[in-house]
Amino acid sequence: MKLYELTAHELHDKLVSKELSSVELTNALYERIGEVEDKVNAYVTLDKENALAQAAKVDAKIAKGESISVLAGIPGGIKDNISTKGLRTTCSSKMLGNFIPIYDAHVIERLRADETIFLGKTNMDEFAMGSTTESSYFGITRNPWNLERVPGGSSGGSAAAIAAGEAIWTLGSDTGGSIRQPASFNGCVGIKPTYGRVSRYGCVAFASSLDQIGPITKDVTDAAIVLNSICGKDEKDATSLPVEVPDFTKALVQDVKGLRIGLPKEYFGEGIDPRVKEQVEKAVKKYEELGAEIVEVSLPHTEYAVITYYIIAPAEASANLARYDGVRYGYRNLEAKSAAEMVTLSRTEGFGAEVRRRIMLGTYVLSSGYYDAYYNKAMKVRTLIRRDFEEAFQKCDLLLTPTSPVVAYPIDGKMDPLSIYMLDVTTIPVNMAGLPGISIPCGFVDGLPVGMQLVGKVLDEATILRAAYTFEQATGYHKVFAPLGGKHND
Amino acid sequence: MTKYITVIGLEVHAELKTKSKAFCSCSTEFGGAPNTHICPVCLGMPGALPVLNEQVVEFAIRAGLALNCEIKFFNKFDRKNYFYPDLSKNYQISQFDKPICLAGHIDINVDGEEKRIGITRIHMEEDAGKLVHSGGSISTSDFSAVDYNRAGVPLIEIVSEPDMRSAEEARAYLENLKAILEYTDVCDCKMQEGSLRCDANISLMPEGATEFGTRAEVKNLNSFRALVRAIEYEVERQKEILEKGGQVVQETRTWDDANGKTLSMRSKEEAHDYRYFSEPDLVPVELDDAWVERIRAELPELPAERQARLMEEFGLSKYDASIIVASKAMAEYFDEAVKTAQDAKGVANWLLGDVSAYLNNAGITISEFKVTPAHLAELVNLTKEGVLSSKLAKKVFAEMLKEDRAPKALVKELGLEQVSDEDAIMKLVEETIAENPQSVADFKAGKERAIGFLVGQIMKKSKGKANPTMVQAMLKDKLQ
Amino acid sequence: MKVTTQDVKYIAQLSRLNVPEADLLEATEQFNQILSYADILQKLDTTGIEPTPYVLPITNALRKDLVKEGATHEEALLNAPAVHNDGFKVPRVVE
Repeated sequence: MKLYELTAHELHDKLVSKELSSVELTNALYERIGEVEDKVNAYVTLDKENALAQAAKVDAKIAKGESISVLAGIPGGIKDNISTKGLRTTCSSKMLGNFIPIYDAHVIERLRADETIFLGKTNMDEFAMGSTTESSYFGITRNPWNLERVPGGSSGGSAAAIAAGEAIWTLGSDTGGSIRQPASFNGCVGIKPTYGRVSRYGCVAFASSLDQIGPITKDVTDAAIVLNSICGKDEKDATSLPVEVPDFTKALVQDVKGLRIGLPKEYFGEGIDPRVKEQVEKAVKKYEELGAEIVEVSLPHTEYAVITYYIIAPAEASANLARYDGVRYGYRNLEAKSAAEMVTLSRTEGFGAEVRRRIMLGTYVLSSGYYDAYYNKAMKVRTLIRRDFEEAFQKCDLLLTPTSPVVAYPIDGKMDPLSIYMLDVTTIPVNMAGLPGISIPCGFVDGLPVGMQLVGKVLDEATILRAAYTFEQATGYHKVFAPLGGKHND
Repeated sequence: MTKYITVIGLEVHAELKTKSKAFCSCSTEFGGAPNTHICPVCLGMPGALPVLNEQVVEFAIRAGLALNCEIKFFNKFDRKNYFYPDLSKNYQISQFDKPICLAGHIDINVDGEEKRIGITRIHMEEDAGKLVHSGGSISTSDFSAVDYNRAGVPLIEIVSEPDMRSAEEARAYLENLKAILEYTDVCDCKMQEGSLRCDANISLMPEGATEFGTRAEVKNLNSFRALVRAIEYEVERQKEILEKGGQVVQETRTWDDANGKTLSMRSKEEAHDYRYFSEPDLVPVELDDAWVERIRAELPELPAERQARLMEEFGLSKYDASIIVASKAMAEYFDEAVKTAQDAKGVANWLLGDVSAYLNNAGITISEFKVTPAHLAELVNLTKEGVLSSKLAKKVFAEMLKEDRAPKALVKELGLEQVSDEDAIMKLVEETIAENPQSVADFKAGKERAIGFLVGQIMKKSKGKANPTMVQAMLKDKLQ
Repeated sequence: MKVTTQDVKYIAQLSRLNVPEADLLEATEQFNQILSYADILQKLDTTGIEPTPYVLPITNALRKDLVKEGATHEEALLNAPAVHNDGFKVPRVVE
């Protein structure tokens, strides 16, 4: 087995037993990146020098017999919308093509405290707006399971890096499914924690009331380990929750007996690829075999979720992205004769088409005369969507759904924006309600991974981790590696 | 000809005296080299988030209570979206539909007439940075430089009802408001430094009309004088338009102090589409009775109460008391001086007379006044005890202005003690009677006025130092 | 509801973005496609339903009034496209 095929917890044991050094491991990962990156393009920026220096520090600590955290010396990748001091953070946008942050995101501070290794910054849809990673200014990322397919998005680089063995763990961010959907398309584990579990300080805002950082990993255990490192109250994020964080690895028990798993009927109806549905239903059977109780539930406002999201998220984004004006940082048009012209030209030239489209949509739904019909209406429908979940959770302990109605689709499939938006229907409502959701692999269609989503109650990551772990240990889909096959037409 | 009624409402922005900014831990200190009181939050760096300073809420409540407002328990913040280079996020965090304070008032007194001016609302928000124009003025410069030191400094915006009907009423309202903000210690109210700023909404309506006319909003009023002049100018400008049958345009205008004019700020049609929505990065702030009542209990004495106290305790006239309390520093000076003064009214007379005249001339405030309250009290006491005549007291005061020294020492040094020694005065009385037989005869013949001449002669002989009351009494005694 | 090319121009101006004349029709169409889909929301009766601007029921996340070291002047200007007299230089503010 290659080093890059191992998990963080397996590698930790090898580091501690001195079977392997962090420098060796880190070099092995860069070697792998060297082999496959021209096919996959999972990274925007690599940081080899600092990564190796950090690895050497961890090795010195191990040599001295000092204890280290589970993530110490384990190389990971960071989505390029998470602020890393001194290391270019672009959001895969021309706008921030040369931007060097002056501070670390809260999650980065925590991971640095755990002495982990940052290999580099992973590719994404520009400003996290998209579900294919095709809108990156730095080129598309390809799906390691089939290089002609999209890796999903917006955290496509973070998921593809795991599938291609270019990182042991990565961080993504999830506003409407941006961790779970690419995890599903790449056969990885991806978790979006409860809104407020992880500080957003330093996560470049797309839609503030929906954004949440989370890990993408090879297995559920690693997801729990990374969560342990990044969760917790942060004084710099007013929306981070002042609650105790449990040790998530304690939730990793193989036992779902008596657990009530709800199947929201709206998620298994029209629009879902029947072959995906079949794989997910197989997983449901597996849970039954393992002793879980399956109940049908209803989330009646599901059909309104996508449009509600595509009103609320662009509205927040239109304000969040107003700061990119070429005054303090980022791309600036140097020809402009006035400040106003400079701002307009810098924004027009610095943002890609999808970002501009969403900013304008968001501006429109907030503008005078339309606020009540669109934005305020959407905020009320959000309440109804939230209540749907509250009611469903009266009948069950967690929900099980397909992560995406489809498997990874071809690159440049010429789909119109609305059709692509509609595919987020399975993940969006979870963000609208602020709930934790995990995607784990549960089968294949045409050699492409299928993911299932488990959704928990507020702050109940433990239950979905337990259910995910039990399924994973009973099946083993996570042990299949991406072939890096398919035609590569660059 | 139609007579017009002026209708004025004021929007006042007061920077709060917190140590750190509203949403980050940067210093609020005034001055400082450009872009030195900054951090990722107030620079609007990607990914940075605001966290509310609790002192901002505390100060807003305090101001609201002092301005007789209703304090709203549920508070949230909103984003006010507009692009301007001094606004680092290109939205301002403010309060839109749920301001912290509603329905307050201030009582004013203009030419002896009492009037209550309503306060519509007070809300919390953040200040913007500063643009420094290369050519000195906005219109002549080729480029500007932005300094974000002020970005994120907390403000409260106090919006009045359109209750004022003249520049004088507006001035009185602003003066009282300023005094209250100073007394409650929420704002240092330095209009020159921009910590207290005023915009005026001004409109005219024909007498008897039931609806207000179209208003112009005048910005950049950085002094009381500017406020009064701008209103007077606007009233004339609008009157002229209306009298020619024209229509006043609803727009934002700026006060050009050098030329004494208001100028249109070329309003773009989009200017007012601020696209407010709830700030998702901040959670609501919920107040409760305990919080508000604690602040109410801690409220300091306010100008109106202080004025009543000065009238009752020291017998000051309403007018004198109102002028002393208008400035917190003046009122504190008064309170300090009367601790040792035997004559509170004497202190008031000095403060409103010679002291104010001196301050006005020197262009300084009482906080910069060199003479200590204790020394002024001593001067008052020397007059009261008859050591100094009022004329000599002024002489001593003039010396104190040069260098703040104890008046007693100065009196001695300058040899200015009033002569109250009976023998010495008797000697002067006798000499004067002997030298002026005609006047003495006149007096005895019933010409009361002659005694004035004789007193004058005695005072002249004493070089003004003789105690005039004793001179008068002893002279009369001698002549009878 | 439907928007016109004029509306799209106005929204672009509010957003400080340019939409080239050549793309205006397509942009308007995409706008209307999404907005016509949004019409399904009007079917829903939301009378008496409170909006959800904050997904979690937390309040009063406040900070003590303490001054802390922020960024240095050099850090502030590190990414500045243009600098003048220690400030962020911008072209003239009035058109």
